[in-house]
Amino acid sequence: MTPPDEALPQERRFLGLSAGTWPRILAPLVMGLLLLGGWEWAVRHFAVPAYIVPGPVQIAQTLVKDWPTLSGSLAVTLRITLLALLVAVSAGVALSVLFSQSKWVEMTFLPYAVMLQVTPVVAIAPLIIIWVDNVQASLLICAWIVAFFPIVSNTTIGLNSTDRNLVDLFRLYGATRWQTLVQLRLPAAMPFFLAGLRISGGLSLIGAIVAEFVAGTGGASSGLAYRILESGYQLQIPRMFAALALISFSGVVIFLALSLVSHLMLRRWHESALKKDR
Amino acid sequence: MQEDGTIAASDHTAPARNHGTAPGTLPVVSLRGVTKRYGNGTLAVRGLDLDIAAGGFVSLLGPSGCGKSTVLRMVAGLSPVTAGTIDWPRATHDARGTPRPKLGFVFQEPTLMPWQTAIDNVALPLRLEGVAKAERHRRARKMLALVGLSDFAESYPRELSGGMKMRVSIARALVTEPEMLLLDEPFAALDEITRFRLNNDLLRLWEARRFTAVFVTHSVFESVYLSERVIVMAAGPGRLHSDLSIEAPVQRDEAFRTSPDYAALCRTVSGALERAMAA
Ligand SMILES: Nc1ncnc2c1ncn2[C@@H]1O[C@H](COP(=O)(O)OP(=O)(O)O)[C@@H](O)[C@H]1O
Ligand SMILES: [Mg+2]
Repeated sequence: MTPPDEALPQERRFLGLSAGTWPRILAPLVMGLLLLGGWEWAVRHFAVPAYIVPGPVQIAQTLVKDWPTLSGSLAVTLRITLLALLVAVSAGVALSVLFSQSKWVEMTFLPYAVMLQVTPVVAIAPLIIIWVDNVQASLLICAWIVAFFPIVSNTTIGLNSTDRNLVDLFRLYGATRWQTLVQLRLPAAMPFFLAGLRISGGLSLIGAIVAEFVAGTGGASSGLAYRILESGYQLQIPRMFAALALISFSGVVIFLALSLVSHLMLRRWHESALKKDR
Repeated sequence: MQEDGTIAASDHTAPARNHGTAPGTLPVVSLRGVTKRYGNGTLAVRGLDLDIAAGGFVSLLGPSGCGKSTVLRMVAGLSPVTAGTIDWPRATHDARGTPRPKLGFVFQEPTLMPWQTAIDNVALPLRLEGVAKAERHRRARKMLALVGLSDFAESYPRELSGGMKMRVSIARALVTEPEMLLLDEPFAALDEITRFRLNNDLLRLWEARRFTAVFVTHSVFESVYLSERVIVMAAGPGRLHSDLSIEAPVQRDEAFRTSPDYAALCRTVSGALERAMAA
């Protein structure tokens, strides 16, 4: 190790983050504050009634006031979302592995996976809700249908695009199918799978919300979509916005969390996670 | 040429003979009438007869598309022969009677697993054989030291230069102590300075371990510098054109690379290649 050379410019850091990271956090933050400020100002200046567009301040107040109901609904929606994502990941990866082991399986089932994907979930949700007695289970199925395909298609592409020379090398050393799958194909498919996972995270939230809308059931265990419907009927528009804000926020958190997972898993080796140090 | 002792080129256009194998000793591998037709109808190799002696350094030289890679992949068992036989007279046979020669293979690209460190990449063949982690790391570390990469055992491939990655690839191919090392234009993508260094390193490894080396190249200079024997192939369909012994000093180094002997040898091989391409 050479001691730091005074003559060389050192990377500047503020509060533990490199100087280059701050604009990426600050710029959207400032933009958001400006937008919210402008919104609040417009609502007050033009005296827009709260049942048409409430201001951010009022929405925040409603969020605090109605937190007991809203947080319960948030928990319900998030539970469905995460459960759907979990099932989509395990079923999706399992199906992709089957596809990669046999061209016949792929030829037989891939069209149906595509069909499941291209059929709008709103169109099949009523059927599913009728067929499946349990509301929670039917919501879960709807969210899963939406989240499933990106995992399957991305992981399948990943498993099939393994370096052919590496596959040959495994064959040269007499590797078993299982060794080739676990030590070669699955790690090689990881970046593709993670890209699919990030898409599916957002989609499973959308699927859960859409299904809740269609189900539209009330009661103790109902999610954020139901709160939006309910607030609409009761003309409690600030509450509607509060529920909407929670949905958006959840979506962003899910995306950031999955991006972080992806970064942590790939940072040592994959191009996509490289620091742009050139 | 033969009189001055610098080259003993055998007949240029004759069919293959049991060249390079002293009478009474078994070749490592013996190809008879080996033919390859790919599924799309391409006749890549036709009627190849070739014996390769133990411990030699043989180059397969020929224009692009003459079937060099195909021959190497058939020898490695990665591509089935359409007709003919490939025998391993000296290899041990497994329970089903299939010969199991110990082989190492080096591709044109380093072909490393980007998610594993250099040492884990080198240890891969041992891992597939079921060697315990401590033991395979010990052996992989030894190989890395041999190719001069001790300090980079924990580096990932993306942190290594092209030449270093190729060294890792060679270390991986040698970690099982193979009887035969097959190399398919391993240095073609490297710059000249790196290529020269790796040529010397490969020769040093070969002198130390005496595996049989089969080196595919399209470079006359590289084949002459490295080999004891150069097989020139002709294209359309791929076949053996000439089989040349390179009788050069055992010590191959930069002095040899710039010597008139080397230039003369290159000229001879180059002439054979030209005739092969016209044939
Ligand atoms: N997998 C394949 N399928 C069909 N044709 C192939 C395949 N691999 C190689 N060939 C053809 O076989 C011939 C020899 O190829 P190759 O062995 O790669 O030559 P070289 O290594 O000498 O450049 C070429 O005409 C090439 O197009
Ligand atoms: Mg080739």
